[in-house]
Amino acid sequence: MLKRLGIGSVEELFSDIPSSVRTDGIGIPPGMSEMEVIREVTDMLSANVTAYDRPCFMGGGVYRRFIPSAVKAIVSRSEFVTSYTPYQAEISQGMLQALFEYQSYIAELTGMEAVNSSNYDAANALGEAATMCYRVNRRRKFLIPQVISCDKRSTLRNYVSGAGMEIVEYAHDPRTGEADMEDLKRKADDDVSGVYVEVPNFLGVMDRQAAEMKAAIGDALLVVGADPISLGILKAPGDYGADIVIGEGQSLGSPMNFGGPMLGLFGCRQELVRKMPGRVIGLTRDAEGKRAFCMTLQTREQHIRRSKATSNICTNEALMAVAAAAYLAIVGRDGLRSVARSNMASARKLRDALASVKGVECPVLDAPFFNELPARLPIRPEKMSKVLMRKSIIGGIPLAKHVPEMGDCMLFAATEMTTDREIEMLVEAMEVVS
Amino acid sequence: MSYHQADYDVRLIQEMKGRTDFSLPPVEEGFVPEELRRASLNIPNLEENEVVRHYTNLSQMNFGVDNGFYPLGSCTMKYNPKYADVLASLPTVTDVHPAEDEEGVQGSLRLMYELERALAAISGMDAVSLQPAAGAHGEFTGMLIAKAYHDSIGEKRTEVIIPDAAHGTNPASAAMAGFDVIEIPSSPEGRVDLRALESAVSPRTAALMLTNPNTLGIFEKDILKMAETVHGAGGLLYYDGANLNAVMGRTNPGVMDFDIMHFNLHKTFATPHGGGGPGAGPVGVKAFLEPFLPSPRIVLTDGAYRFEERPRSIGKVRSFHGNFAVLVRAYAYILRCGSDGLKAASEGAVLNANYLRKRLAPKYDMPFGELRKHEFVVSARRIKEERDISALDISKRLLDHGTMAPTIYFPSLVEEALMIEPTETESMETLDRFADIMLHIADEDPEVVKDAPHNTSVRRVDEVHAAKELVLSHLRLRRRLGGDLAAMKADGDAKNCSFCATLIGTEKK
Repeated sequence: MLKRLGIGSVEELFSDIPSSVRTDGIGIPPGMSEMEVIREVTDMLSANVTAYDRPCFMGGGVYRRFIPSAVKAIVSRSEFVTSYTPYQAEISQGMLQALFEYQSYIAELTGMEAVNSSNYDAANALGEAATMCYRVNRRRKFLIPQVISCDKRSTLRNYVSGAGMEIVEYAHDPRTGEADMEDLKRKADDDVSGVYVEVPNFLGVMDRQAAEMKAAIGDALLVVGADPISLGILKAPGDYGADIVIGEGQSLGSPMNFGGPMLGLFGCRQELVRKMPGRVIGLTRDAEGKRAFCMTLQTREQHIRRSKATSNICTNEALMAVAAAAYLAIVGRDGLRSVARSNMASARKLRDALASVKGVECPVLDAPFFNELPARLPIRPEKMSKVLMRKSIIGGIPLAKHVPEMGDCMLFAATEMTTDREIEMLVEAMEVVS
Repeated sequence: MSYHQADYDVRLIQEMKGRTDFSLPPVEEGFVPEELRRASLNIPNLEENEVVRHYTNLSQMNFGVDNGFYPLGSCTMKYNPKYADVLASLPTVTDVHPAEDEEGVQGSLRLMYELERALAAISGMDAVSLQPAAGAHGEFTGMLIAKAYHDSIGEKRTEVIIPDAAHGTNPASAAMAGFDVIEIPSSPEGRVDLRALESAVSPRTAALMLTNPNTLGIFEKDILKMAETVHGAGGLLYYDGANLNAVMGRTNPGVMDFDIMHFNLHKTFATPHGGGGPGAGPVGVKAFLEPFLPSPRIVLTDGAYRFEERPRSIGKVRSFHGNFAVLVRAYAYILRCGSDGLKAASEGAVLNANYLRKRLAPKYDMPFGELRKHEFVVSARRIKEERDISALDISKRLLDHGTMAPTIYFPSLVEEALMIEPTETESMETLDRFADIMLHIADEDPEVVKDAPHNTSVRRVDEVHAAKELVLSHLRLRRRLGGDLAAMKADGDAKNCSFCATLIGTEKK
């Protein structure tokens, strides 16, 4: 190759880099064999306490779930794994159709006809939903619930800062954990661009007020954050007036992965599709009239519209979207319902067990809940985490960071994976310290 | 020509019917408030075997690096080593909850800490945050950091300067962070026009965003002068790390005087792109900007790793700590390559690009000088003028040979642009084969080329039709057609309507 290029060494190909910016190598150790790499990384990670072989009661948007083995087989196909974004539609029909099917599944669950092929995660989807509301009606106030994960709150602030939007929190009823509709109505003035509500909310409550919200917020947009597993039994947010639906899709066939990659669900009403962020796959035909798929509405995207794009998003979480499609295909309608029911049943056993622990107050809220609920502890929740960890149990999430007024509470989650024996272990461990 | 892509007659999964094999132990039904109770759920029950077949067939109608050559310019589609996937599948990666107490995630924290240090060493930056999920996400984070920095010293700076040849994400990210974008033209040599830069900087300048080498594959040799100009005006320099694969070990953004940068782990560090994602876009900064990095930071004290919140941090740009499974893969790749291997990777990338450019020269012109780094942009203008074959036609014809097409029509300052990035993991034989095909196409019967592709699962796709109909889901399709699709298909009515026929997938004519 060098001969063909008429040069003596590779060095000559770097002759355009001036000496003033040259470096001499990289300050990291030299390479190692594959065998050594596998040994080193495996050893390093062995310090982790995993939910693989012990009870886990942690949720807050990310859940230990059962992933059918076939999902893993499907998303391990290297034709999917090692492909790029399907810009060349003709040779990429497999990925395009799989993503269209993903969009279709999320459309059925949410009632939104237009779904993109993923955002990074729910927090990012929320940020993009808020700025989308601004693009739709050019108003600058965005209302969010007071009970929300602190990661979402912080991410949202960053996303709306560019558009100069203001975030206003509406109160919740401390007795039920549901939205305080009087407070919301007071705050839903003419400057409000959109209103965000979660079902179930951050405290696990199936907030009945959400179903009434659209009527209470004038012509502001309603943005609903939904848990996709719960949508097996809960109404599609489109059926109670949602204009935009977002959510965390990790539950659909992707592992927890220490929080990433996740899967940001994003859908909207068809009328709003041109304001939607992200890549979308559309149905079309080929030159012979055969059904085909391709990326569409690219004129909204950064590589065409540059600074006028609806979003900067390029790389997304496509493979997680394929996992979600595969998951929903395998469990089907009946399976999704049974997963949702199983979550509710486990969480009710968990509630009863927690209620039996001396010094623990549970339930704290008087409202229907899905698979998560707070409990008030007799010791600092942060301390309880460490106590449980030493007993080989991954406890719930201490709430102080997220909902300061519930700093003495821990948010416990149960899923279809939670066994009776695990709940017993939790209770035994908590009883010792209570 | 021996490539023929699989073409299964696959229905949409939403059109299939069956019974589900999935089951869980039976439970009692819990109480769901009536206002929120779902009445129906329109997703099919299917046998697992059918689902696996469906997606396996679809996978065979797709094309990855494992299938063949993938010279997509700007995307660095190098081989994705399999040990990285094996490690990312360990339960110590997959089954760890991000909110676990620090005591329980010492392995994850250590890996992230070490990866941050390795990326800092590779880039010449002082501190790295692994939180951003993708390159564009890193850019957005970098812009928020620039803003926070200027705010912290009481300066209101509103503009970000970006060359016209920059990746589209640069202006989009800057605009999302609330900056006005000032675009500057390239010089006749295909570099940043220094005079244009000088006249663009002002007390309003927050930052210059730049990739080096640039998207033409040309090294911006005047980078230090540019840095002086921007820094002199009080602005910051942002490095778009998309082209880092060209220069590892030879130079780095740190010595080039950049203040903020992002890495694309799914490019330079060989993590698979997954058909569009996941990626990871860590952000690196010089020491004076570290206080503004996303929170929390990972620190090492008394032999234990822990999270630390910093008061001046921009906060979060997503939930949790980054795309950890991607970080594990990139860390494994960096360990495997080491200092010598990364330097060799950049050498290989540059050598392959220059070799391929030379092989294509007889038919494809390359505007703006000779030497290139890891990628190059050729123009099909001559072929278009003489034979009416466009860059788009060439790209479609390449697919017929079982090779991915280059990036086309970017950057826009090259007419009929084909942007080619072979990467270091391709053999000389692969490069020669690709060159032979490219040269062959330039001389081929224009009708055959314009009619391409012929050997893929579908023929040329009608993108205009997709944009006109905007059917993004099966739900939309049903509502659009307003009826029972199966019945319409069965009674043959649909065949008289070309729109319906396309949408419901009646047989090939």
